Amino acid sequence: MEITPDQLIYWRWGPVTVNATLVWTWAVMALLVIGSWALSRGLRTDGTLTRGQNLLEAVVSLILDQIRAVLDGQRPQPVLPFVGTLFLFILVANVLSILPGYVAPTSSLSTTAALAISVFVAVPVFGIRRHGLAGYLKQYAQPSIFVLPFNVLGELSRTLALALRLFGNMMSGSVMAALLLSLAPLFFPAIMQAFGLVIGVLQAYIFAMLAMIYIASAIRVQDAMAAPRERESEGRSL
Amino acid sequence: MTGLDWIGIVSIIMASVAVSIGSIGPALAEGRAIVQGLASIAQQPDEANVISRTLFIGLAIIESSGIYCFVIAIVLIFANPFWNTMVAAGR
Repeated sequence: MEITPDQLIYWRWGPVTVNATLVWTWAVMALLVIGSWALSRGLRTDGTLTRGQNLLEAVVSLILDQIRAVLDGQRPQPVLPFVGTLFLFILVANVLSILPGYVAPTSSLSTTAALAISVFVAVPVFGIRRHGLAGYLKQYAQPSIFVLPFNVLGELSRTLALALRLFGNMMSGSVMAALLLSLAPLFFPAIMQAFGLVIGVLQAYIFAMLAMIYIASAIRVQDAMAAPRERESEGRSL
Repeated sequence: MTGLDWIGIVSIIMASVAVSIGSIGPALAEGRAIVQGLASIAQQPDEANVISRTLFIGLAIIESSGIYCFVIAIVLIFANPFWNTMVAAGR
């Protein structure tokens, strides 16, 4: 039994192998790109929406609302492309597993590690863009210099946790389905697949949301001058 | 009993120990978190969105400790590095 789609090799030429993770990752990316290209042609603003535009607007405004709720008060637009892409990619990759023959690329540790590393890189990028290099690095030594190693360690361990959480959830779904298939072939695997869809959507949401929270903590205004002002604006929005 | 046998026996036993202990803790913790979340929603239904979002994220973080145990159990059973080394060494 394969526990990772990396071992499922479709095509081999010398040292070059094309495994299931690679194939289905590109398939999901192609589906997303072609789908959004096809739906976003002929956008209009005169009030009569096509169905595709309606769908895209609903998705984008849903993601924007969620980001805005985490970022309280700051503009959500700069982080929308990154977090939205993470969410849509993981969502489509997980939900497509209702198709027979499809192997979810998120059930491979290499895919989830790549996604987690991109979050690991994006957090300092957003933080430095907001505070400058010195201002961002100073955050690691808050509130005192002694917590510096813990902050650095936390940065690394949450990346590991992000990768392992998605991988573990998706892999447990497929392992469970395979075990049940040999045990009770007809009925239970179907139920577990449906349950796996719920887990998949939830994990996509959680991954994007955690990435958003990490970015929000990096770009949050943390100096003592700004803290009361922030609280004040929070009170006003209530 | 060769070394290979012992590795197999110990791996299987420890895999089930990892899964069972690793599911007790997160199950209790998630139960407590959900109880508290539901009580908060019942008290403040207006804040249900914020509470349930935080609840889901908290559940995911709690759950990851159980997931680590599951991953370790799966590695012990299906991709055991000690077993593979012993088989490769031909003992």
